[in-house]
Amino acid sequence: MEPALLELRQVSKTFQTGNTKPVKAVQSVSFEVPSGINTGIVGESGCGKSTLARMITGLTGVTSGEILLNGTRISGLRRSAQRDVYRQVQMVFQDPYSAISPRMPVGTFLTEGLVHFGLISKGDRKEQARKLLELVDLDPQLALRLPHQLSGGQLQRVVIARAISIHPRLVILDEATSALDVSVQKQILSLLVRLQEEFSLTYLFIGHDLAVVRSITEQIFVMKEGSIVERLPSETLQEDARHPYTLQLLSSVFSVKDLS
Amino acid sequence: MTILELEHVSVSYDGIRNAVDDVSFSVQEGEIISLVGESGSGKSTLLHCIQGLLPGGAAARGRITLFGKNMLELSAAERKRMRGEQIAMVFQDTGRYMNPITRIGGQFTSYLKLHLDQSKEELLELERTMLRKVNLEDTERILHSYPFELSGGMRQRVGIAIALSLHPRLLLADEPTSALDVTVQAQVVKELAALCRQEGATIIIVTHNMGVAAHISDKIGVMQSGRLVEWGTVEQVIRHPKEAYTQSLLSAIAELDDTRLLKQKQE
Ligand SMILES: Nc1ncnc2c1ncn2[C@@H]1O[C@H](COP(=O)(O)OP(=O)(O)O)[C@@H](O)[C@H]1O
Ligand SMILES: Nc1ncnc2c1ncn2[C@@H]1O[C@H](COP(=O)(O)OP(=O)(O)O)[C@@H](O)[C@H]1O
Ligand SMILES: [Mg+2]
Ligand SMILES: [Mg+2]
Repeated sequence: MEPALLELRQVSKTFQTGNTKPVKAVQSVSFEVPSGINTGIVGESGCGKSTLARMITGLTGVTSGEILLNGTRISGLRRSAQRDVYRQVQMVFQDPYSAISPRMPVGTFLTEGLVHFGLISKGDRKEQARKLLELVDLDPQLALRLPHQLSGGQLQRVVIARAISIHPRLVILDEATSALDVSVQKQILSLLVRLQEEFSLTYLFIGHDLAVVRSITEQIFVMKEGSIVERLPSETLQEDARHPYTLQLLSSVFSVKDLS
Repeated sequence: MTILELEHVSVSYDGIRNAVDDVSFSVQEGEIISLVGESGSGKSTLLHCIQGLLPGGAAARGRITLFGKNMLELSAAERKRMRGEQIAMVFQDTGRYMNPITRIGGQFTSYLKLHLDQSKEELLELERTMLRKVNLEDTERILHSYPFELSGGMRQRVGIAIALSLHPRLLLADEPTSALDVTVQAQVVKELAALCRQEGATIIIVTHNMGVAAHISDKIGVMQSGRLVEWGTVEQVIRHPKEAYTQSLLSAIAELDDTRLLKQKQE
């Protein structure tokens, strides 16, 4: 059997902070993300979603447990060994403005990954930036602009284009559409669906809006206080949810359809 | 009683004309008002205007009367006096306004000290109470944390706790729950609404979540390119929107029973 694209085995993270008791941010989390099966993680703020994402991308080390990519362990590697692995895993955060230096032109930012991994020569940057902007339905002219000259939605498209540029297998989206206007969010979700088909990507989609996470995933893990409490198929989320916390999450979605 | 009245308010920044464009409405004491609309439509500018705070380079026209005062002609000293007990503000990203090298407890206490003449222990008790109200149960850890040690959602709840602590008559909230998960949104929003009802406080809340707006508000205003294109009760705006623009916003909202964007893969 082919190994899962991503596998977490009993992964834990404890933060030791000064004079208070240690924070068990992630506790013994195990799950699999098969290739092509978009997976959602939902849960309360502070439940450990970002910490989990940061461990998968190697930004934070695990306290215990193992993370495997295509069956190969990627947790606890030396920096030099990480580089190749993390070409396959890219991450998109909520705030695109914090992802890019305020003085770096959009085109330079877009092609950084390609240059870093030696996939293009510096002379090809302009052409690649143009292609990448077109890929995410932006005007190629934007390459010369600075980040603050773009709207949040436009800049998030740029960040997504850069993540995709090096052809990763797994893209982790940590609340990547949470701060966007609903209409922009919907456009970005459609863009993600299109890019997935074009580049055979798999998304790990972290969010707090169950309806949004459901719309783009096939399975959802519900997290609470560092642990996974339930796994649900996205399609039948409402029917299959059993855990009281999941039910609480479902009941606190504000719909505009069922006004009392 | 009308406590706030905007008459033909327009705001221009250097280079950007009419970030707010000829907006008029009035707010009754105790009402919950939601302002919705896409980013850049002028919601934050309007909120800043209401408390008489405009960034350098901005110019406002028209008239804003709050508690009988013309907010566009208020001196800095008068404005400062109104802050805390009369008007309080919750920002979109509280973390950005926090001092990164002061513990939460220290920041909370210095805010309260500006307005209250109470013992350290009394202030601390108020801080704990407020943190519990926004569902931060581990109060000692929170008070001892630096902002970076909390998740964004936790910081946001701290910001709300601080703003509500002096029982303001008018709370201006700029996207206060957008960064929070849904259960906390539900709780915080209920808190806000309950406080409003109990104490007759008025709340103007900017949100991009139409669902939130629909569930908590008495009235909703929809902004587009600086203009207030729709204004009315929840019933009018959500169920019978007049503007095509409002309808398009409503239809972009993800609902739990939508058809998913991805078709289920054949196993
Ligand atoms: N660098 C850190 N130092 C100490 N505690 C941290 C750090 N990062 C996160 N935490 C704590 O870990 C827990 C999980 O945080 P996080 O992963 O950001 O949650 P989420 O993304 O689900 O909101 C929280 O209690 C948070 O305060
Ligand atoms: N300090 C500022 N200087 C110049 N332009 C600004 C400033 N703040 C906001 N704007 C512009 O004013 C318009 C309205 O912005 P804003 O009130 O922030 O909208 P919203 O809160 O609805 O997103 C936008 O075009 C924005 O770019
Ligand atoms: Mg997070
Ligand atoms: Mg705003």
